[in-house]
Amino acid sequence: MKAVKIIAIVLLVAFVVIQFIPVDRNQSDSVPKTDFMLVNDVPSDIKDKLRVSCYDCHSNNTQYPWYNKVQPVAWFLEGHIKEGKSELNFNEWDALSNRRKASKLRSIIKQIESGEMPLASYTLIHKDAIFSEEETKQVVKYMENLKDSL
Amino acid sequence: MSKLKLVIGVVAIAFVTLTAASCKDAKTEKNNSTDHHSEMNANGDHSKMNHDNSDGHHDGEKKEMAMSGDGNPQAVLNDYFNLKDALVGDDNAKAKELGAILATSLGKLDISKYTGAQQSDLRDIVEDAVEHAEHISESDIAHQREHFKILSKDMTDMVAITGTENTLYQQFCPMYDGGSAWLSMSEDIKNPYYGSKMLTCGKVQKEIN
Repeated sequence: MKAVKIIAIVLLVAFVVIQFIPVDRNQSDSVPKTDFMLVNDVPSDIKDKLRVSCYDCHSNNTQYPWYNKVQPVAWFLEGHIKEGKSELNFNEWDALSNRRKASKLRSIIKQIESGEMPLASYTLIHKDAIFSEEETKQVVKYMENLKDSL
Repeated sequence: MSKLKLVIGVVAIAFVTLTAASCKDAKTEKNNSTDHHSEMNANGDHSKMNHDNSDGHHDGEKKEMAMSGDGNPQAVLNDYFNLKDALVGDDNAKAKELGAILATSLGKLDISKYTGAQQSDLRDIVEDAVEHAEHISESDIAHQREHFKILSKDMTDMVAITGTENTLYQQFCPMYDGGSAWLSMSEDIKNPYYGSKMLTCGKVQKEIN
């Protein structure tokens, strides 16, 4: 009994302590001129979908719910954001050449169609990030058109 | 007495947690350095391979390119063909390795002798191709083939600027992903998108000299 109590206290203290380890937050006040939404004429429902489902990890600005500020969740998230942004950063879209845009659009289409993105670990908590069949069709069609217009 | 034990315990665990946390960073760094290391290894192997290639050049015809295998488009093409052969052979692990090697040789491509417009095109092609080659170096075979398709387009566009020492064949499989092309040194069809599943699907679309 005593042991259980000690372990509980220890865990609690450890939990509190790790909260003080600093983490880089992916947050920015301004949206650069190269943003996907600014350089393309994106219909508003697609805009909303991309913001909710993609922008947390693929832009310079993550919407952090409270639990994502809590360690060790924040560490886990930080890694994903870093990787996500290095693959694709919607904020820096227009800095890419047409060839690279076409490559990225192909990947975007493939990942959404196959359901690889958004990541299951993300949609587990962000239910609204899940693409319905209709939304998938809509976004894929938009991306296809954009690719063909390059 | 038990209170003292408790305090000691708490402090110890807090210490362990902190150490674990800092270990996490150290581990990431270590991973990075391992990556570098393997890149360097690939590099090393690669320069060896290029040496072999350039020796080949010496035997055949004397070209200034042959002076150094690194940086010339032929070295990139050779790595691309090796990668293609791995995909033809359904060899995921080998394709991973060769993808990394191709990424390195692409990064070394010397574009200084081309015109300004060509240089900017080549830079663009290389940047795109490197990304696909890197993905190939870390993906399953289905993904590797997806990236190989775009990589093949990049290589075709590169050859359009740099030219080629050998006759190349642009081949085309109408079945894969709405129709997909690749380059080959040989006229025979060996399909990198399907491998053994449909080895001879496709036809020669164009001869590139």
